[in-house]
Amino acid sequence: MSDFSSEGYMNMELLRFTTAGSVDDGKSTLIGRLLYDSKQIFEDQLEAIEQRSQQRGFEHVDLSLLTDGLKAEREQGITIDVAYRYFATPKRKFIIADTPGHIQYTRNMVTGASTANAALILVDVRKGILEQTIRHSFIASLLQIPHLIICVNKMDLVDYSEEAFSKVVEEYRNLSTKLDIKDVNFLPISALKGDNVVEKSTNMPWYHGSTLMYLLENLHIGSDENHIDCRFPVQYVIRPQQTEYHDFRGYAGRIVSGIYKPGDKVKILPSGETAKVKTIELFGEQITEAYAPMSVTMTLDRDVDISRGDMIVRENNVPSMEQEFDVMICWMNANNLQVGGKYAIRHTVKDARCVIKDIRYKVDINSMHRNEQDKEIAMNDIARITVKTTVPLYFDSYRKNRHTGSIILIDEATNETVAAGMIV
Amino acid sequence: MIKYHLHHLRELEAEAIYIIRETAAQFERPAMLFSGGKDSIVMTHLARKAFYPARIPFPLLHVDTGHNFRETLVFRDKMVEEIGARLEVRYVQDSIDKGRAREEKGPNASRNVLQTVTLLDALEELKVDAAMGGARRDEEKARAKERFFSHRDEFGQWNPKNQRPELWMLLNGKKHMGEHFRVFPLSNWTEMDVWMYIQLEKIAIPEIYFSHEREIILRDGVLLANSEYIMKKDSDLIETRTVRFRTIGDMTCTGAVESPASTLSEIIDEIAVSRVTERGTRHDDKRSETAMEDRKKVGYF
Repeated sequence: MSDFSSEGYMNMELLRFTTAGSVDDGKSTLIGRLLYDSKQIFEDQLEAIEQRSQQRGFEHVDLSLLTDGLKAEREQGITIDVAYRYFATPKRKFIIADTPGHIQYTRNMVTGASTANAALILVDVRKGILEQTIRHSFIASLLQIPHLIICVNKMDLVDYSEEAFSKVVEEYRNLSTKLDIKDVNFLPISALKGDNVVEKSTNMPWYHGSTLMYLLENLHIGSDENHIDCRFPVQYVIRPQQTEYHDFRGYAGRIVSGIYKPGDKVKILPSGETAKVKTIELFGEQITEAYAPMSVTMTLDRDVDISRGDMIVRENNVPSMEQEFDVMICWMNANNLQVGGKYAIRHTVKDARCVIKDIRYKVDINSMHRNEQDKEIAMNDIARITVKTTVPLYFDSYRKNRHTGSIILIDEATNETVAAGMIV
Repeated sequence: MIKYHLHHLRELEAEAIYIIRETAAQFERPAMLFSGGKDSIVMTHLARKAFYPARIPFPLLHVDTGHNFRETLVFRDKMVEEIGARLEVRYVQDSIDKGRAREEKGPNASRNVLQTVTLLDALEELKVDAAMGGARRDEEKARAKERFFSHRDEFGQWNPKNQRPELWMLLNGKKHMGEHFRVFPLSNWTEMDVWMYIQLEKIAIPEIYFSHEREIILRDGVLLANSEYIMKKDSDLIETRTVRFRTIGDMTCTGAVESPASTLSEIIDEIAVSRVTERGTRHDDKRSETAMEDRKKVGYF
């Protein structure tokens, strides 16, 4: 029988993590190893990569082939874009946002990091901490990924030396004092040989920590969501055109933070009107306590004018309401950012327009140095800017709330998403 | 379970409902693709939950190849009536009759590829600006890179090299006239999640997903349901076996698996130990290594 009993499966948690690494540090091999050793590889997939490994003249089955997607990528032997992978153990379901290490690395890593609970960063033990390790760690800290896992890889190539591992750990610790990271874990592994990935290594008796899989299964993610500040952006107003529900007016949306209960006194932004929560429901089922990230339908005790983009909050805990604020952005488009330029801005489910008032500084992501002179913001650049919006937005700082502190900028001519922003 | 922590099926449900509501809010004329398969049934169920007690505020669109399992059509009509949804059906046969699509010939002929013509014509006719589909990223390598909101140009084509980055849950559905979006609310679901959710929510599905006796054609290791739509080859073996379907598509390309599983829990146990992917039974993917990527680029789901 399987490990996935119906009951056990119903109690699984979801963990999203992103992987970052440079070209040869074994990232694809590590993901292949996680999928393979957790028995997520099916025979037809394995046959396909065995065949391709043979065609390429490899002696062993190249697990990294499991993760290449598109024909264009296979021809060039590289990964173009963020790819999503899935695997599950009886404890958790995992979603991996696998981001390439070379071209457009920042844009892709920011995308993958935006929804991640954890970031997995690979370091080649022989090379130690490189510029790109710093870059990846900086992005993880900028995007406030709650957990960081540093996999010191290729331990098999240094005879599984404790000294080599400790040197990398110490080097990283010195660097990370400058970063804002809550939880960092270090693991000595060999993705190629499988040491400490799923199975505990017998080659490193000096290491008493957990395997990567154990860590992924047991990271404490219970406090990753904000359960304090009640924020409910109204996504859609439900008004049934059926006689039996003639007076029904439901506010549909996803709770992004806080806990709501029927009877709670709430305030509606931007109108400032107040009401009490009458019911919280989904498909007719009454919910006594609703919290992030639930999608629900809320009804209020009195008729208030509420439309999409409004926010239902608690009377005594309201977000900032401003038209001008600072944002850390990652620029994601081939056309540079224009000071004085106008863009569409999207915040929760609210659309507005904005103008770029100022570029405060650009961040050199290799040294983390701030440059106030350089105002050329191009693809993959990180900068702090000031924006002014056409209408007030109700937001929190990104540090306090990832959902009400994030925005995207959209080019109004091309409709492309050109920047990811974190409100300072 | 930790208090104030959703288990993963409920988190996936919340995410899918969010995406469906976003689609209804951001687009003028959305539609939900309905094939009669389990993924589109789950997606329809989520759409009901998203707007309850109101009815689903967009039509379901079925592209009928004319080679459907009879059980699928019976199920479709019953379900649509029960939930009070609007159903639009467009026929591949009509596209062939009008000369818009040409029937494939030979024993491996399938209308799977022709569906794209009928689908794109239907989207244009109904002026659909966002078509929701039940495709999942775990199904196939070309689908692993899809966005929730996937932009299509005015020819309905997908350009995998130039997709919009998708950050947090901020979905950008802005587009120019004539362009449309494909939307995938079940992107993050796996086959197992879909089955577990069907069990959790007690969702009705067509009976051919459960074990039954059927006459099958054994060809290239795939068990195809015997029907008038398939031209037989000399090497074909025709036998009666105890089978069920893991996926349901067109009869000409959906393979059966031999299985005694006659309840949802038996199906779940079977999938948990299965060593072949669900698309391993799909004849359409076996045409070439990039069969899915090639079809997607020209507008297939």
